[in-house]
Amino acid sequence: MKPMLRLEALKKSFGGLRVTDEVSFEIQPQEIAAIIGPNGAGKTTLFNQITGHLAPDGGQVFLQGQDIVGLTPQAIVKRGVGRSFQIASIFPDETALDNVRVACMSKLNQTRHLWRPVEQFNQATEQAHAILQSLGLERQADRMAYELAHGDQKLLDIGIALVLEPKLLLLDEPTAGMSPEERQLTRQLIKALWAQYRLTLIFIEHDMDMVFGIAERIMVLNHGALIADGTPDQIRSNKEVITAYLGEEA
Amino acid sequence: MVGSSKYKFGLLWSIGLVAFALVPVLMTSRYQMNLANHILIWGLFAVSFNMLWGVTGMLSFGQALYFGIGAYSIGLFVTHAGKAWYLAAIPIGLVTAAVLSFLLGLLVIRVSGVYFTMLTLAFAQLAWQVTFKWYDFTGGDDGIQGIIPPGILSNKMVYYYFVLAIVFLSVWFLKRLAYSPFGLILRCVQQNPNRVRFIGRSVKMNQLRIYVISSVFAALAGALMAGVDNSIHTDMFFWTTSGEVILMSVLGGINQFFGPFIGALILILLEDLIGAKTQFWPIFLGTIIMIFVIVFPKGVVGEIRHLSHRWRTPGEAGGRHETHASA
Amino acid sequence: MDFSFIVTQLISGFTMATLLFLVASGLTLIFGVGNIFNFAHGSFYMIGAYFGYQLVSVWKVNFWIALVAAGAGAGLVGAAAEFLFLRRIYGRAQEGGFQILLTYCLILIFDDLVKLIWGTEYKSISKPSGFDGALRWGDLSIPTYNFAIIVIGLVVVIAAWWILSRTRSGRIARASAVDREMLGSLGVNVPLTLTIVFGLATALGGMTGALAAPLRSVTPGAGIEVIIDSLIVVVLGGMSNFWGAWLGAVLLGEVNAFAVAYVPEWATLFSYLVMVVTLIFKPEGLFAPTRLRKV
Repeated sequence: MKPMLRLEALKKSFGGLRVTDEVSFEIQPQEIAAIIGPNGAGKTTLFNQITGHLAPDGGQVFLQGQDIVGLTPQAIVKRGVGRSFQIASIFPDETALDNVRVACMSKLNQTRHLWRPVEQFNQATEQAHAILQSLGLERQADRMAYELAHGDQKLLDIGIALVLEPKLLLLDEPTAGMSPEERQLTRQLIKALWAQYRLTLIFIEHDMDMVFGIAERIMVLNHGALIADGTPDQIRSNKEVITAYLGEEA
Repeated sequence: MVGSSKYKFGLLWSIGLVAFALVPVLMTSRYQMNLANHILIWGLFAVSFNMLWGVTGMLSFGQALYFGIGAYSIGLFVTHAGKAWYLAAIPIGLVTAAVLSFLLGLLVIRVSGVYFTMLTLAFAQLAWQVTFKWYDFTGGDDGIQGIIPPGILSNKMVYYYFVLAIVFLSVWFLKRLAYSPFGLILRCVQQNPNRVRFIGRSVKMNQLRIYVISSVFAALAGALMAGVDNSIHTDMFFWTTSGEVILMSVLGGINQFFGPFIGALILILLEDLIGAKTQFWPIFLGTIIMIFVIVFPKGVVGEIRHLSHRWRTPGEAGGRHETHASA
Repeated sequence: MDFSFIVTQLISGFTMATLLFLVASGLTLIFGVGNIFNFAHGSFYMIGAYFGYQLVSVWKVNFWIALVAAGAGAGLVGAAAEFLFLRRIYGRAQEGGFQILLTYCLILIFDDLVKLIWGTEYKSISKPSGFDGALRWGDLSIPTYNFAIIVIGLVVVIAAWWILSRTRSGRIARASAVDREMLGSLGVNVPLTLTIVFGLATALGGMTGALAAPLRSVTPGAGIEVIIDSLIVVVLGGMSNFWGAWLGAVLLGEVNAFAVAYVPEWATLFSYLVMVVTLIFKPEGLFAPTRLRKV
């Protein structure tokens, strides 16, 4: 079976700084993988190169066997890659419902309609409500997105990504800024979503409970290079990883 | 609640329509009807402009280009092809505006921000230069006079209701647009263009679409204007005309659908009042708008809504963001 | 094709280019450093011209002193405008739009104030004594004043380049284009810097207005053409490109000079045409390195 995602010797430099250093790995369908590493290790930059936001200097990215380097983010989204962002990327001046609904209408190719009000688009509205429900945001459907708590905004971000029925979902620090209770809830939520939507999930995290809690596979990045790649147990006992984290973490 | 605001909204809408409809009946002089006519047309122009700015975040300083095209389409046809062409010139002007805005749009959406604004300004000024210098064809600085609508439309009162009907329908259309999926995606383009791409939509295509739509309505406003004062002038292409709708929108509130319309109303009435007393109206205008920009950025409608919201729900934090184009 | 004719046009174009560059650099300076787009830049050009008129034609001050004084005067007005008004909108969402609005209001106010103070008739400044003749080389005749403009322009250009690339203030100025807050955390007094830079930029614009005044008449409302010309220069040269802007100004100046000579009525059309073509084929500027397009 083809891997869902395969990176081969991906590299990127900014000026003289190597931010992605010959990174290679494979992710199988419906695997849950975590990418961890100290700040500045290049985790988000790696995501950016997968989603077409940033062009790598070298190396390849294969999505289900197809080379996606050079495609626009739009095109990559259409191929089934969803993403949430470190700083929740939402539409602050729209309601939570509309945030998701606009994505639903986009999927249904309805965004060109210019006469009927949004509320009358039942299919999109129902889909949006369903997603809000699976995220536990149903009660806040009519609140403006900027009014939502930071953690809820991040969930909304994930919700928007889910609308497009991604096969591969990349989450960038989904629990950043949340309280411990929120983190636990989010952890369970993400696991549930993974099962419900049959996702292949890769997430960047600093929250070790989340990482060791739900990931079956952990990749460790440091200074742009992949220094470890294995099961939670393997990573836990990996000396290099421990040094990287304890030695450099602020 | 959405329901009650829709009801309240329908009420305001009706009051406005009735008020404007009563002007020719209640007026004490022709001049007032003429003023109301100007308010209607500028109101349409400003609302259509704000679809670009308040809704989509594209500050075009060149909508006068299309306004002028709408007006000069009639003026030139009537002058060079005969009075019978008056009505036909209107759709011709609209189509010209559509085609031109499509081609220009392709060019100007390649850049954004200040660059975009200045570029739209430059093209409108170019049109002004051409119209101004091409005396033989356009009459240059003299403009074109004696533009009289045909048939019963030559009656001022009939023409007034004609304008009222068209403006009402146009504004209604634009309002439906603002609340449609297209309107939603436009607001999203302004708030987070990256995310729009990430849900699979093209930012540029949507910008182009609204640019064309907005420009066509600007041209319609210009076409209507030609019949109100029965004359047109190259000033219609001048950058200050583009500036007027910008100022009207700021005054009324760019984040409110009707803001620009109210802004047009206030500005035209103010200019009428103050302009009669002094020739230095621009200093007043500049000062007033500056005060609004610095102290009342939400505009008249925005500030009123904000205050009434605070009044009715004390203790609730006021909206910090207000780019939502609401009624 | 007459050799002396071509040279005359070239010089004339170069003079124009100098003026264009001086004005455009005031605009790009404040945009590059403070991320402020001074839509009213042309008004400061105009104010400088009027100050120059007042000093030279009315108070009979020495031309060269008046030139500097006019620039300084415009600069003070600019600094005051920044301090009193522009500062209030820094950090707002949609700041760019509000900047344009505010500066638009300044245009309205300044244009009218100028009419209030000086009236609406065209005013003129005569060329400074000693510079109203022409240098002759056989058939060639180059007005000395044009020559002076070119020299002044070159001095300013080289001085500006030196300051920007060699001095600490210059480096700070270039860095602040990136992030105002970051600069503040480096210990730089950002508000003061912005006011000073704004003042310098408007002073430059005002001085250019006074400098150009003997060649053209002093009128209200000259501002918008200035902005558009600056825009064309920047489109041609690329927004963040110092020498590109200079080359852009030269190109525009020459295109204009030759167009005026051959098709005077439609000369401005050519400038626009050059801009449109550039935008279609090389939007990052004619002289900018071709950005590797991200597919």
